[in-house]
Amino acid sequence: MRHLLSAADLDRDAALRVLDTAEQMAATQQREIKKLPTLRGRTVVNLFFEDSTRTRISFEAAAKRLSADVINFSAKGSSVSKGESLKDTALTLEAMGADAVVVRHGASGGAHRLATSGWINGSVVNAGDGTHEHPTQALLDAFTMRHHLVGQREPGAATGEDLAGRKVTIVGDVLHSRVARSNVLLLHTLGAEVTLVAPPTLLPVGVQTWPCATSYDLDSALEGADAVMMLRVQVERMNAAYFPSAREYSRRYGLDARRLRLMAEHTIVMHPGPMNRGLEISADAADSARSTIVEQVSNGVSVRMAVLYLLLAGSDDVDGGTA
Amino acid sequence: MTTYLLRGVRPLGADPVDLLLADGVIADVGPDLAADGAVIVDGAGLVALPGLVDLHAHLREPGREDAETVASGTRAAAAGGFTAVHAMANTSPVADTAGVVEQVWRLGREAGWVDVHPVGAVTVGIAGERLAELGAMADSAARVRVFSDDGHCVSDAVLMRRALEYVKASDGVIAQHAQEPRPTEGAQMHEGDVSSVLGLAGWPAVAEEAIIARDVLLAQHVGSRLHVCHVSTAGSVEILRWAKGRGVDVTAEVTPHHLLLTDELVRTYDPRYKVNPPLRSDADVQALRAGLADGTIDAVATDHAPHASEDKDCEWAAAAMGMTGLETALSAVVEAMVDTGLLDWAGVADRMSVRPARIGRLEHQGQPLTVGSPANLTLVDPVGRWQVDPAASASASRNTPFAGRTLHGRVIATFLRGRATVLDGELTGP
Ligand SMILES: [Zn+2]
Repeated sequence: MRHLLSAADLDRDAALRVLDTAEQMAATQQREIKKLPTLRGRTVVNLFFEDSTRTRISFEAAAKRLSADVINFSAKGSSVSKGESLKDTALTLEAMGADAVVVRHGASGGAHRLATSGWINGSVVNAGDGTHEHPTQALLDAFTMRHHLVGQREPGAATGEDLAGRKVTIVGDVLHSRVARSNVLLLHTLGAEVTLVAPPTLLPVGVQTWPCATSYDLDSALEGADAVMMLRVQVERMNAAYFPSAREYSRRYGLDARRLRLMAEHTIVMHPGPMNRGLEISADAADSARSTIVEQVSNGVSVRMAVLYLLLAGSDDVDGGTA
Repeated sequence: MTTYLLRGVRPLGADPVDLLLADGVIADVGPDLAADGAVIVDGAGLVALPGLVDLHAHLREPGREDAETVASGTRAAAAGGFTAVHAMANTSPVADTAGVVEQVWRLGREAGWVDVHPVGAVTVGIAGERLAELGAMADSAARVRVFSDDGHCVSDAVLMRRALEYVKASDGVIAQHAQEPRPTEGAQMHEGDVSSVLGLAGWPAVAEEAIIARDVLLAQHVGSRLHVCHVSTAGSVEILRWAKGRGVDVTAEVTPHHLLLTDELVRTYDPRYKVNPPLRSDADVQALRAGLADGTIDAVATDHAPHASEDKDCEWAAAAMGMTGLETALSAVVEAMVDTGLLDWAGVADRMSVRPARIGRLEHQGQPLTVGSPANLTLVDPVGRWQVDPAASASASRNTPFAGRTLHGRVIATFLRGRATVLDGELTGP
């Protein structure tokens, strides 16, 4: 594995390798000394063209726990507008000797462009590009699902297992969601059955070619679901007529106490954050015992440690030495 | 003036014959013509076509001389077999007055590579608010007959109706860039299966088709002539076919890239493939080819859109829209239409020279290769192969979508009123 740009870059074996490595990383995080010497002397740059403190911190913690040198490079505001271009920024990072660049960019394809344009030699990790993908989010979500739904919450118990036959319902603004795109791809690769639920305006034209089912009716899609993932919905979408009002959205597509009761005993509730409490998810749902929302955050660090490890240290035995 | 004897060329792909070019016209046609001091061009195996006519090129001058000038753009045109190009109006300043169109026309004359026919803007500043002085541009030395706000759609139905009506007085035509503005705000690529995966904002086919449907009805209502720029969807072809069947005076063009490339290329996120209208699906490509073959689409027009490298060397969303096309147009048509058996060489001449000249009301272009016609013609090696090297382009810009691709059909010579602009496959001098 040279880069991680899309969840589609991972076949089943590669995805399981990341998840299993993340299990090992999680185990090390239970120790008294959390820091591993693995990436000593390597430089990881967090290149963020968009504000996302939570994602940046997660990658930063992951890199530091692997003993990498971390440089945070905030280039907010320079995307898409004129100013310092992606290319000039990339050339700067290359001059600094970045071994890996973790990039968050407002333009779909930003990470892809960085990886394939010849501007830099290091590995590129897509930390979210526009409305395209966010593959490490999908990996941490799959890690969380596997832990609960396959490993019965026993650390390491799900190692080597995929999500075959598990039913995942993803609800919300699929059209603008990089989380949904990456999740659909990865969950399909891992054998899960995904149903997307959204008002028709928030499903992209072309969604019928995706490896998943779609529905406009949340209640029916909760039946039989093993995991329910609520996506963040921006209230401003109603100004562009994607839905009439926050209240109507919440009533039709929000997860509330009534809908929690429709779920099976074991069904987990997920959200990539940050949440709009009261819009797509009620406090009852967010704070219920089913909720894995806080756990997703800590799993994020383990998964990102695994990704950085496999890209920078483990590549020789992963993809035949393509580092 | 040099006299040329073109030995054994095949006019429109027919049996070999000699053509004598003298005093700016085709002076003689026949077997074994006497040379009489003429420069002899060995035309064995070469197809002779009337010089190609482009209805749609962006020469960028005045205003963006870093991307292209009239001189560099017309060199590229000559290299591609063209003898006339229409220069689009979205320059800076906009070609919306007699002064600017005359300036562009004069720059074309001075460069001398092809005839440059400025397109006049429909509205002042291409702002879509009030009519530009269409009559003054028509009456100017540039004799403008094609008017377009290309890049912007004349979306106001009343303004479009008035423009269609008004240009009847000078036998003009409105060339519409058909793009309903609201459904394409922020659009980055064709809306469909690929855009859904790439997370790029979609440019739906309906935004083009709705405008074309409206405009053909408007043109019929007021009895005017309408031309549709760069048709890109299967639905548009169907609407045009329907309109022509009802006798609407409408013509349409398709670009070489829309005949050959699809939105699958956008998966690379390489901005060389970013263009407006966007590359569409394979079904659209097939429909466009069929439409061009049956004459529903009248012309191939390049929409040659040179851009400075910094406008393409960036992320997709930040990149400018457009591709160069003058040097590759004929080859693209050969691959899409000739190699596939959809058009013969007479068909190529019709769609790339005869009909575009008629749409632009150019009397000296697109004429039959017979005695007395102006000696505007191009010689093509139909089996020649060449690899596209952006660095070797005559255009000042490098944003070709065909970089590295081996294309079919090579332009060997181009003559503008009997003067060689290209000889032995190389540009000569004006
Ligand atoms: Zn246009």
